[in-house]
Amino acid sequence: MKRYLILGDGKVIEGNPLGASGETVGEVVFNTGMTGYQEILTDPSYSGQIVLLTYPLIGNYGINDDDFESDRIQPTGLIVREACEIPSNWRASKSIDQLLKERGTVAIQGVDTRAITKHIRSAGVTMGVICDDLDAGRAALNNSKGYGDTDFVYDVTTSTPYKWGREGKESIETPDEAGRVRLVVIDCGLKFNILRRFWKAGCRPIVVPATSTAEEVLALKPDGILLSPGPGDPARLEPVVKTVQQLLGKKPIFGICLGNQILCHAVGGETYKLKFGHRGSNHPVKDLLTGKVTITSQNHGYAVDPASLEGTGAEVTQLNLNDGTVEGIRIKDAMANSIQYHPEAAPGPWDSRPYFKEFVEQMTSVRNG
Amino acid sequence: MKVLVIGSGPIVIGQAAEFDYAGTQACKSLKEEGHEVVLINSNPATIMTDPGVADALYIEPLNVDFCERVIARERPDALLPTLGGQTGLNLATQLADAGILEKYNLRVLGTPLSAIRKAEDREQFRDLMREIKEPVPESWIITNETELEAVLSVVPYPCIIRPAYTLGGTGGGIADTPEELWETGRKGLKLSMRSQIMVERSLLGWKEVEYEVMRDSIGTCITICNMENFDPMGVHTGDSIVIAPSQTLSDLEYHMLRTASLKIIQALGIEGGCNVQLAVNPESFDYYIIEVNPRVSRSSALASKATGYPIARVAAKIAVGKTLDQIDNQVTGSTKACFEPALDYCVVKVPRWPFDKFATGDRSLFTQMKATGEVMAIDRSFEAAMMKAIRGLEVKQKDLRHAKFQAAEAADLRNSIQKPTDERFWAIAEGLRRGWTVDEINKLSRVDRWFLRKMLNLIKIETRLLEAGESKGVSEDLGTLIQEAFLIGFPSPTIASLLGLNRKDLDQARDAYLKLGKSPAEELSTPSGASFQLSAAYEIERQKVMPVFKMVDTCAGEFESQTPYYYGTFEQEDDAVVRN
Repeated sequence: MKRYLILGDGKVIEGNPLGASGETVGEVVFNTGMTGYQEILTDPSYSGQIVLLTYPLIGNYGINDDDFESDRIQPTGLIVREACEIPSNWRASKSIDQLLKERGTVAIQGVDTRAITKHIRSAGVTMGVICDDLDAGRAALNNSKGYGDTDFVYDVTTSTPYKWGREGKESIETPDEAGRVRLVVIDCGLKFNILRRFWKAGCRPIVVPATSTAEEVLALKPDGILLSPGPGDPARLEPVVKTVQQLLGKKPIFGICLGNQILCHAVGGETYKLKFGHRGSNHPVKDLLTGKVTITSQNHGYAVDPASLEGTGAEVTQLNLNDGTVEGIRIKDAMANSIQYHPEAAPGPWDSRPYFKEFVEQMTSVRNG
Repeated sequence: MKVLVIGSGPIVIGQAAEFDYAGTQACKSLKEEGHEVVLINSNPATIMTDPGVADALYIEPLNVDFCERVIARERPDALLPTLGGQTGLNLATQLADAGILEKYNLRVLGTPLSAIRKAEDREQFRDLMREIKEPVPESWIITNETELEAVLSVVPYPCIIRPAYTLGGTGGGIADTPEELWETGRKGLKLSMRSQIMVERSLLGWKEVEYEVMRDSIGTCITICNMENFDPMGVHTGDSIVIAPSQTLSDLEYHMLRTASLKIIQALGIEGGCNVQLAVNPESFDYYIIEVNPRVSRSSALASKATGYPIARVAAKIAVGKTLDQIDNQVTGSTKACFEPALDYCVVKVPRWPFDKFATGDRSLFTQMKATGEVMAIDRSFEAAMMKAIRGLEVKQKDLRHAKFQAAEAADLRNSIQKPTDERFWAIAEGLRRGWTVDEINKLSRVDRWFLRKMLNLIKIETRLLEAGESKGVSEDLGTLIQEAFLIGFPSPTIASLLGLNRKDLDQARDAYLKLGKSPAEELSTPSGASFQLSAAYEIERQKVMPVFKMVDTCAGEFESQTPYYYGTFEQEDDAVVRN
């Protein structure tokens, strides 16, 4: 049996099946990380996207029970050069093919992933479909909405509030440990590791749906608010932006990835779509305040327009060393700051972990007046 | 600024020509920055001593006496000692100890000598590791025979003996009994420049992983590459088949070890490149720091070629005060040196041993390096890279067949799989050929099952080719099989010999393959349904795998690159642009 990848510009690429059969549509993006496919497959920010992994040997260490970043497979599809059938790692409990089949995710292997990467690099990201039947695939691609025309956040956010504790998710009714600062997390597409890291840094994370109002957030008596990462065009998130506008200045606010873009919109700034985004574990970011450069984990297709921040009270704090795009902003007067990359890693380098502690310290000092 | 660079001297067993590669790169890099380079090297048969590499060249013995005379005559402002491998470092240390650096007001560039001492002196290093809470295996530092005698009854056996301040671990070894420890230990004490050896817990069978890391003077740290050894702990990494990047580490493990490596160079205050070796328990998150090389090393030369990242060039610039974000990435021409290379291929390094020249030499491998060179192969799969590396060795074997092991008795073969030698790889292949299971061979060799399964993939193709030859192509479609064989890395002479073809038939087979590969895109039936709006001009990019060249660009295709550095493979698209 053959499997095909059809790109929006008409290019058809033949490969071999991986995962479930059928057809699946998404925006085709590439990630250059050499490890981390399990985390990538469960990162809600990949919702609506078909992820191509540029590293050719995928699945070597298998899938384990611990490294999931959410409860489901988030990208609509996966493109790899070669998927390992029998993994080798002490934690592996199944192969990537088994996982994809179990969860019904259609994927393709045996294609020249570098050629497709170069195609995306020069033509920009494009919609695509992975399919067994070319006609069915084309029909699915034609009937699909464009990535930028779809709301993904409301689909991936939690439906009900919950708390995060030592063992993971807890009921919202669970009592709190004394001493932990309360962090209300506006969930636009959270990764578990953000909650794990905040818990480790001394927080009590309380996760609420993206549709929560400012009153609902404040009613939870937060010491700080986190705007989470998530998928899609930030310009479509007007309701969330409104909520954040009402919260600005009331409590310390921290944003990650989409959270950075939401904060930008909340002060009246603009975002724009990058040609092929930043997805990988090797992005150098320069902190303009300290001059220090760190290697970061990234996954975003939109960026903050620095010119649009002029006169808004927000300032650019960090830049990407590769292309000079905005990687962090802050609104000093409103105790708000955000970064475009992923301090929680998973996948990727741990160099930005200190952010969690810093933000907790900020919340603590504000709480203690 | 006038900079004195110490070369690496003669090429000896236990050292490949890597320091020449690094040193040459560094000299050029210093000149690029407008500095004057004075080079001292005792070995004229190197690239770095070619005209034009250095501004002033002294081919003199690498000792304190001659070095001082060069310094007195040239009066350089600074000394860059971290590019000549252990030889350069040792000489710099001796110059400092003899007060010569002070006398001539010579500044040491790059990693301070105190940091080098901390990394190389076993005791100081262990203290530092304890301080920053990085695990080191339990061990005993021994400086004389009385101390050695005292620990004979204390240490766990088998144990490893590592002499301090020697190149390639000369004088080291593994001891199974107190008698062996006494023998090897005494030898090690004699060979160590400081009469110091370390006896430590054996981590035999653990995975050996390395990280090539860099740090600049303001503390920005990056990883250039990590590598996983095919041969588990117990074989010197210079004698091990090495794969980049690591294959069997999950993201969590990869970054746990990366974080540890960066923490170490930060604590040491390295300014330049550094190599960190770790032992990783294959059944848990446990790991130990084994060794740190606070300089450009054999491994960094490998990492450089494997990733396209010019470690020595960047290290030299860091040494003269530049920070990583101020140095350009020459490969892409558009990004900075401050990033971590992303590979979209697999690299296999196989050591080259001189046993063809030393026919009676002991072929067994342990903690003392015996290789005198190495080959590196790049391809899109481990199998193909491995097959390429074997051919690059220029030994009698051109593929996985080795007459000695094919004729071996089972007991002898088991022994050859268990005991690391330069030929173990072929013994493992023969075991797989005989149908021994991956688990069985893993138990004997402790080589990770992932590598063994990849070798099994090759053996399966080999068997199918053999069967197809015997059945005159009846057993299966020859064209498809040949395509598969090419894809996984079999060279045409091997395919021909397995199929029992002569040269002419081989060419025909090859043509059959190429024809198969080039088969024109199948015309697609006209799409039905009026809603179809996509371009009508469809062309299926068949799996028409062709011999092509792919670029080593440090960024997995993310950015357009300027480098003319390619590897050959079988794929769909050719990166090589024909220039007129």
